[in-house]
Formats: sequence, structure tokens, C-alpha cells
Amino acid sequence: MAAAVPARASRTRLRSLLGAQPIGYLFAAPFVLFLVGIYAYPFFYAIYMSFFDYFFSAPGAEVVRPFVGLANYARVLQDPLFHLAIRNVVIFLVINVPLTVAISMVLATALNAAIPLRTFFRAAYYIPYITASVAAVGIWLWLFSGFGLVDKILGPLAPNPSFLINGLWAMPIIALYVTWKGLGFYILVYLAALQTIPKELYEASKVDGASPVSSFFAVTVPGLRPATLLVVITAVITGANFFTEPYLLTGGGGPDNQSVSPVFLIYRFGIEQNHPGYAAAIGLLLAIGVLIVSGINRFVLERD
Amino acid sequence: MFRSRHVFLAAVVGLSLGIAACGSSNLAATGSAKGAIKIWYSNNAEEVKWGDAVVAAWNQSHASEQVTAEQIPAGKSSEEVIGAAITAGTTPCLIFNTAPAAVSQFQKQGGLVNLSKFSDGSSFIEGRTGDRAGQYKSPDGSYYQMPWKGNPVMIFYNKDIFTKAGLDPANPALKTYDEFLSTAQTLVTKGGAKAAIWPAPSSEFYQPWFDFYPLFIAQSKGKQLVEKGVPQFNNADGLAVANFWKQLYAKNLAPKEAAQGDAFASGQSAMAIVGPWAIAVYGGKVKWGVAPVPTKDGMDAAAVHTFSDEKSIGMYSSCKSQGTAWDFLKFAVSKESDGKLLDLTGQMPMRSDLASNYSSYFSAHPEYKLFADQAARSVEVPNVPNSVEMWQDFRSAYSKSVIFGSQSIDEAFKGAADQIKTLVKS
Repeated sequence: MAAAVPARASRTRLRSLLGAQPIGYLFAAPFVLFLVGIYAYPFFYAIYMSFFDYFFSAPGAEVVRPFVGLANYARVLQDPLFHLAIRNVVIFLVINVPLTVAISMVLATALNAAIPLRTFFRAAYYIPYITASVAAVGIWLWLFSGFGLVDKILGPLAPNPSFLINGLWAMPIIALYVTWKGLGFYILVYLAALQTIPKELYEASKVDGASPVSSFFAVTVPGLRPATLLVVITAVITGANFFTEPYLLTGGGGPDNQSVSPVFLIYRFGIEQNHPGYAAAIGLLLAIGVLIVSGINRFVLERD
Repeated sequence: MFRSRHVFLAAVVGLSLGIAACGSSNLAATGSAKGAIKIWYSNNAEEVKWGDAVVAAWNQSHASEQVTAEQIPAGKSSEEVIGAAITAGTTPCLIFNTAPAAVSQFQKQGGLVNLSKFSDGSSFIEGRTGDRAGQYKSPDGSYYQMPWKGNPVMIFYNKDIFTKAGLDPANPALKTYDEFLSTAQTLVTKGGAKAAIWPAPSSEFYQPWFDFYPLFIAQSKGKQLVEKGVPQFNNADGLAVANFWKQLYAKNLAPKEAAQGDAFASGQSAMAIVGPWAIAVYGGKVKWGVAPVPTKDGMDAAAVHTFSDEKSIGMYSSCKSQGTAWDFLKFAVSKESDGKLLDLTGQMPMRSDLASNYSSYFSAHPEYKLFADQAARSVEVPNVPNSVEMWQDFRSAYSKSVIFGSQSIDEAFKGAADQIKTLVKS
């Protein structure tokens, strides 16, 4: 009986430490480790690097990486290339996000109705999403380059210089490309959300004499609001991180850096030039910006 | 209870971070250690064949110092792959594809072995390469790379397009800028080519090596972009070259957007700036001719300098058996191995005695003779700190002023020269 008391006390201490179901930690451990190793550790390490004149070095090499405080952030904020990249993100989001929401919502509604070849269209819209970016970019190059199909069709109406080397057109083309490529995913999100809108609401609006268009705006759009919040936030986060398009479609952020993006700059400074401290500062400023925009979106879209 | 659970979680996270932070540390090996080594070589078919043959020959007589060869892992560029491998400590002993422009960066990373520390290091390199070896010395006066093989660039042209345009393919007028521009105009107007010449107009730091830099070297009679810390391009020679290219872009004789596929092989472009590797690649597809790069007022072919497009061999600090690596390196650049390289790839070993050593090869392959002559007058990228950043700054100024014309060349080059002056000193 005397021995049972310390044993019970020890169990109580263990329970207070681990909770009522300690095995839960075991189940959660793989994901926690994944999260820590792949996201948390690099994230905090990036914050650390951003305060140093950091560069990657060989293991065991004796190198000097002086602490520079906020100097990297100050330099980034004064860098005209970063200003250009942020301007490009804004142009991109202004075109991409509304188009993504509008087109995918309309197409999802159409594909939810009993139309002929519905399965074919659902697959057709999804194919660009799962196609490798390099292949999809190849098609757009064939369409929009100076010797491309669109220029040929437009003839004298084609812009000069042509789309991809035109400072005015390069970013809109990139935004259109990303909208087209991602549409399949967002249509899928809206299709799933459409199943949650009670059919009675449509019947009631019909009884009240609403046309299909009125019913779309009065029932579908409000019913899809939670999905729209998800679509907007996802589109903003993925959109603000665009990289493949300036890298492949416009020859490295061309013309003359007019389509350069923050992530492209991270690649250039961090990987090509081995200035990861400076690149990390760009990354963190971008993350803060995306967080603010997403917060505003959430605030606006979640309001009743 | 809530707090203690948080403490426990923090401990788990901390432990994980600790584990993740624990990298293996590579202690520098001594320069005389012997044993098995691994090397990487380029992944083009001709060099793979050469690499396999040289490794097999070495392994036959070195049972205790076997060499394992692998193709360099795929990546956007070899420099990025090597840079990542240095950081991870996974570089092999030798890489037969080290770009001179990346050497200062690899050296700063602590990734390269100083070859001059071997008792015969500097003398071996200088004995083989001659005066040109000096271009490969690092600012500290040591060699961190063995100059291996060059691809001196020249103007390659499509004889069929020249004939179609009514131009003499045996004697093309490409010596002066005026001649070149006039020929280029005729090729596009009458030859049916989309472009007279189509260098990549994209923003990568290394693109100047295949448009501005060879012509600048020729025009300046062999100057590097930067010499003794002073940019050399912001003067009459640099501006003349830039204005020449600007005219090609302005007249749409050189497109401002990237070609889809190989523009020269597909006949979209009548000319290209390439090294001798092109003979093997285009030989069967295009009826080709070759000419030195142009200069403003024309120059005797025997006096024209050009860009070397050289690749070096680097020994990496993760190497445990550096004695074997040094011995194998010397074996791989011996007269016999270099002869095999020339024979299999057509690329020019960085030897001062190239023409005399392999005279029978050049007699049998006269098409390579022009490139071999040019190799003796090839110039490298400067070996300076922040080399990649320097080239990127130059490319940005060039794109802005020459390709897209949104700034005057004088202004852009002055800005780039000021930036570069600071960069190469830091």
C-alpha cells in the first residue's frame, strides 16, 4: 500500500505532463516532425539568416558571417528591383484573383447543371492544372511569342513589341496564364461547395419568380461565400509566390525586369549569387505582405 | 498542467531542431592522402565517352586508388548543383565541369582545394597552359582550378541561307560591323531566315559570354571585362560593341525574345556564336562555315581574340584522398588524355602546345584548325570576388540599354561600371 502511493503520484505527474491520452503524441509525431523539419526549421533559420551577411559554405569551413542587424531589410526596401517585383505582384493579384473567382464560380455552376458532355468538360478544365508547367508554358510561348499564333491572327493589331517582350503586356499575360492553369482546382472547390447549398433555396427563388441569373446572384453567390474565402486566400498566397512564369515564359523576368517577381529575386540572390541573408529578408517581407492581404480578405469576406 | 505540456512540446521541437541542425562536418584532408575517389563529369555523350575511357585506363593500373565516375547531377546549371553539393558536403573529389566564373564563389564557400599547395601544383598548371594560365589565378595568387578545355567562340554560319540570299558562302562579308550589319540584313530580307543571329536575349548572368563579351574581347584586343579591379567596358570599345548589337536588335535582325528550340539547327537563324563543339552537333544537319567574330573596322583573322568558354577542373574540399585526386587530375590532362579529349569531343585542351602536339589530328580534321588557332588567343572571364553578381549587373544594364533600349547605353554602362567597381573590391 505504501509503495502504491509513489507509483500513483508518478502516474499523476506523467499524466499532468502528457495529458489523458499520451498515445496521441505518438500519432501526431510524424506530422509534427514533418512540419518542424520542412517548414518550421527553415522558416526560423531564414529569420536568423536575414540578420546576417550570410552565405552557404562547406561543412567545417571556417567562414565569417557578420551580424548586420536590419541592414538586409533596409537594403531590400530601398532596392528598385524589389519595388518592381512588388508592383508586379500587385498587377498580378489585381488581374488573377477576381478572374479566378469569377470564372471558376461561373464554370462550376455550369458544370454542376445537367449539361451535355459534363464529364468531358470537367476533365478538360482540370487538365491544365495537372499538366507540368514547362509543357504548359511551351504552349503559351507558341501562342504569344512574336512569331506565335496570336500575333499572326491579330496581324497589324498585335502589340509592338509582341506580348511577352512588351512591358505593358508581360504581367497581364502571366496573370492570365496562371488563371487558366489553376482554374481546374478552383472549379473543383466550387463544385464541392455547390453541393452544400440546399436545393430548397433554388426552388423557393423559382417560386418567387427569379430568373436563373437572379437566382445565381441571390442564392449561389452568397451560398459559396465560405468557398470564395478559401479561393481568394489560396489564390493570393500561391499568386504572390509566382516564379515559374517569369522564369520560363518571359526569359527571366523580362523584358528588362518588367515581370520579375519576389520569389524570382529570392532565387537570383539566394541561389545564383549566394546571398541568402538578403534573399531571406525578401522572403520574410513577402510573407508579411501576404499575411496582411489575406487578413484583409478574411475580414472583408467574412463580414455578414 | 497546461504549462508543463507546453514545456514538453518545446523540448520535442528543440530536440528536432537540434537533430536537424547537426550536419556532418568534413575535416580537411591532407594533400597526400591516397585511396579511392569519386569524380563528376559533364553529361554530354562525347565527354561521357572520354571520361569512361580515361577512368578505365587509370583503374587498370591503380587497384588501390580506384576512381568512380558519375555524370554531374541534373540541375538548371552545373554551378547551382555544385554550390548545393558544397553546402551539403557531398561534392566528389574532382568535377570536370567547373565554370571559372563560379570559382570565386566556390572558394569563398570553402569548397575548393588550393591546387598551388601541391608541391608541383602551380608549375604543372603553368607548364601545361603557358601564359594563359595566369587568367585562372585567384586574387590571392593561387590556383583553385585547373584550366582544362576551351571552346573559343566564333561565328558559325549556314551556307545554304547565304547562298539563297545571294551571298558568297565561301567568303562571307562579316569582318567589320558595317559588313556584318549589311550581310545580316540581306540574310533576313532575301535568305528567308527569321533572324540573322539569335543569341539568347534572356536575363541570365552568363548570357553576355555569347553576345557582348566575345566581340568586346576582339574589339579591345584581348581585354577582360574587369582588369586590376577596374571595369574595362565603359569606353569607346565597349560602347562600339554595344551600339553594334543595339542596331541588330533595333532592325529586328536579332530577335528580342528567346528562340523555341535550337534556332541555328532549325534554320531560323543564319548565324550563331559557338565553339568547336558545334561541329559535332550541327555537322550532319547544317552546311556550315566559320568566321572570327567581327570588330568595328575589321581585323586580320590571326589577330582576333575571343572568349574562351573554358571549363576547368576543380578539386573539392570534401575529398579525403587528395593525393590520389591530384595524381588522377594530372593523368586526366596528360598529353594522351588531352589527345583523346580532342579526338572524341573536338574541344580544345588548354595547352600552350596544342597545334604542334596534335598536328596529325588537325591535318585529318582541318575544320577544327581555325578553332585551334583561335584557342591561342582566347580570353577568360575575370577571376574576381562576386563574379556572378558582377555579370548579373552587367547583363541588367545591357538588357535595358542594348536589347530593350529603355535607357541610353552611355548611362547604363556608366552605372554598371560604378556598381561593378565596388563589387569586385569587396
